[in-house]
Amino acid sequence: METAFFYLFGGIALLSAISVVAQKKVFYSAISLIVCLCSVAFLYLALEAPFIAAVQVVVYAGAIMVLFLFVIMLLDPFSAGILKDKNKYLAYFAVLLGAITLALLLPFLRSFSGAHTTRHTGFSTDEVGSVKHLGQVLFTEYLLPFEITSVLILVAIIGVVVLAKRQRRP
Amino acid sequence: MDTLHYLILSMLLFIVGAVGFIVKKNIISIFLCLELMLNAVNLSFVAFSRQLNQVHGQIFVFFVMVVAAAEAAVGLAITIVLYRNRNTLNVDDADVMKW
Repeated sequence: METAFFYLFGGIALLSAISVVAQKKVFYSAISLIVCLCSVAFLYLALEAPFIAAVQVVVYAGAIMVLFLFVIMLLDPFSAGILKDKNKYLAYFAVLLGAITLALLLPFLRSFSGAHTTRHTGFSTDEVGSVKHLGQVLFTEYLLPFEITSVLILVAIIGVVVLAKRQRRP
Repeated sequence: MDTLHYLILSMLLFIVGAVGFIVKKNIISIFLCLELMLNAVNLSFVAFSRQLNQVHGQIFVFFVMVVAAAEAAVGLAITIVLYRNRNTLNVDDADVMKW
């Protein structure tokens, strides 16, 4: 069951990722990326991480991609879309580099294969990804990074307002 | 399902994103490929989280998503300013700092 689930949504994710790169128009790339993000959210469900799956759909496919689509439509989509990509030679070179990276990493990854190595965490397996456990760890052990993250968001908001404000011409 | 399969899928997604990052000329496409790479890394974090039966990987995914949101907002603001000042989205036209 899980195998079929993995191959179905993994295949969709991979095909739509290739479509992100292959599309000529930016708008279609963004739509393909939304499909990719949603199918990865299904894979998170298969990996027993329901909270991360929900956040993936709400924040990633919802908020961030809507922001992208908004900017794509705000700027002229047709002049932006038909930009020709860099020369073919570079594309073949990039694919070749990707294949070499794949060949180098595969034997390394094989060392990670194997059954679940269970560690004693005081929680049973189906409790690990639950919202309760996640919140408990996030607000005790990771409290300082969490607060720093809020400062980061504040800095990003101020930066965006300053950047996007229409400058007064001197 | 083995963790290895998820890691291979994550690696394939990352490589597709990296190839797009090198090849694409439009700055918004480059941002999209960046998001794709972040997403691939998140997938391997969650896969390891399940293999080790620990929640820390999922918390890292949470932080990566926050950083990705901030990065997308600032990057798109820079894109709008670039388009307003230069009237282009081509990264090859914005090469003042290159030389």
